[in-house]
Amino acid sequence: MNTANTIELQAMGASKSSLMKRIILGFFYLLLVIIAILQVLPLVWLFFFSLKSNQEVFTLAPFVLPNPPRWENYVNVWTQGNISRYFMNSIWITVVSVALTVLLANFVTYAVTRMKWKLSSLVLGLFMVGLMIPVHSTLIPLFNLYDHLNLINHPLSIILSYVAFNLPITIMILLGFYMALPREVEEAAIVDGSSVNRMFFQIILPMTASVMSTTAIINMIYNWNEFIFVNTFISSDELKTLTVGVQNFIGQYSTDWGAIGATLMISVLPILLVFFLLSNKIVEGIAAGSVKG
Amino acid sequence: MDKVMSNKKVIALYVLPALLLILAIVYIPIILTGYYGLMEWDGVSPMTFIGLDNYQLLLKDGEFWNSVQHSLFLAVVSALSLIAYLLVALVLSSQIKGSNLFRKIYLIPMLMSSVAVAQLWLKIYHPTNGVMNSMLNAIGIENPPLWLADTSIVLGAIFVPIIWQYAGFYILIYYAAFKNIPASLAEAARIDGASPWQIAIRIKLPLIAEVIKVTVVLAVVGSLKYFDLIYVMTGGGPNGASEVMASYMYHKAFRGFDFGYGSAIGFFLLIICLVFTWMIRKLTATKENIEYS
Repeated sequence: MNTANTIELQAMGASKSSLMKRIILGFFYLLLVIIAILQVLPLVWLFFFSLKSNQEVFTLAPFVLPNPPRWENYVNVWTQGNISRYFMNSIWITVVSVALTVLLANFVTYAVTRMKWKLSSLVLGLFMVGLMIPVHSTLIPLFNLYDHLNLINHPLSIILSYVAFNLPITIMILLGFYMALPREVEEAAIVDGSSVNRMFFQIILPMTASVMSTTAIINMIYNWNEFIFVNTFISSDELKTLTVGVQNFIGQYSTDWGAIGATLMISVLPILLVFFLLSNKIVEGIAAGSVKG
Repeated sequence: MDKVMSNKKVIALYVLPALLLILAIVYIPIILTGYYGLMEWDGVSPMTFIGLDNYQLLLKDGEFWNSVQHSLFLAVVSALSLIAYLLVALVLSSQIKGSNLFRKIYLIPMLMSSVAVAQLWLKIYHPTNGVMNSMLNAIGIENPPLWLADTSIVLGAIFVPIIWQYAGFYILIYYAAFKNIPASLAEAARIDGASPWQIAIRIKLPLIAEVIKVTVVLAVVGSLKYFDLIYVMTGGGPNGASEVMASYMYHKAFRGFDFGYGSAIGFFLLIICLVFTWMIRKLTATKENIEYS
């Protein structure tokens, strides 16, 4: 309705300076398209050189495909290196961390927004300040802690770190949603003699399905791409995730452009795929996370 | 109702797991970092207490202050680039067809891991085969720069992919904030004869002031603790020309095995992040918060 009015108003004023307006609008589109090209072009180039041999990288123009394209680069890195193992590690570690983070964050957000207790705002504050704390300031003590618990080179060290450091942003996104939930539902449930646990799991949690999936996706992107914890706490090849594995792999094969390109494409594709399927959710989640802060 | 919703056992059950986790993995380590900073410690043999020696050394360490300068420089560049993102978001949130598609395309680099971005840009900047110099050659520039090997331009060269990666994120946040403004406000101003530029500056910008503050904090603190991409692309080199605070800390601790000194740097990093957060909040504090929703 509002947009319709605006357009109408614009149309009324348009007759006088319509040429000028068109030029400005054209300039705007040009600007937006140029930015879009700049954002995508490096990735297109990556895709092109992932299908070339070293010689073709050197002799062919940047945006020309060899004939035939060398798809075997992908097969080679997948079968020869440890990329497939890193890939599997990334998947299970991401899934476990995301599930834990989202569940714990829902517990806290529920207790803070719906239940009555004295320290609730202090506890919430503690989680929110956590957003500003640099990971690197915790790295040495965490290394020492995990070392004493024999968790260095153990997947638990990264899972625990992921959950702890992603709780603040997850709670922040959930907060706005929980605050807006109507209280009548709970009142009715309590009158019916329902316990808090039953209410949370059977009534509240299903209602939050949509925002929960948003937080899950945001967490997934963070965990999938995380580098410094894995790089610091995990040394064995068996346990590395894709980000660190890719880094090591490329370190070893720094001269084989096709292999590097294919490896990078493999590491980026799962997230891109999720993005194309669920882009609205991701966009909404990223916007909600920061705007409501 | 109140009785059920303030059941202490239930609250403890819901809050404690997450609370203990964030205390153990975020808050206790940052206190320990300050404490370890008072020690001489190679990470293996027992620590010895040396008082404020590490911190005194830090104040006189030219290499460290060099890295602080680079981090601050990145913070300034990131904060200034927010102005450009604001303008793009303003354009995008006006009557632009396909704005939804544009903002999604802009976001794509944000989905990649810093390692993947770093590896990709290492290739883009490659002196002979990289797409940057291929294109410069094609337009007739004979001796294009050696981007990452040249101490005078390496820092600028590294900022480009950082901006490339995060631009879409900030544009998306601003876009969402502008879209949140009721269209009736801009309409009323238009009827009063305000130009689109006046509406943008006098009405839209003040209305999203809170969001702008949040993004300034995010951009500045994010820059101060920045690490991944620089670590992968140059490792702080050549000759410390691209060293930032977090990479300097990592080198001292995990490469030089001076964990006491590394902890002192980590603690300084924490303090500087919190001080900047507080300062930006303080400087931009308004007497009354504008409500519009």
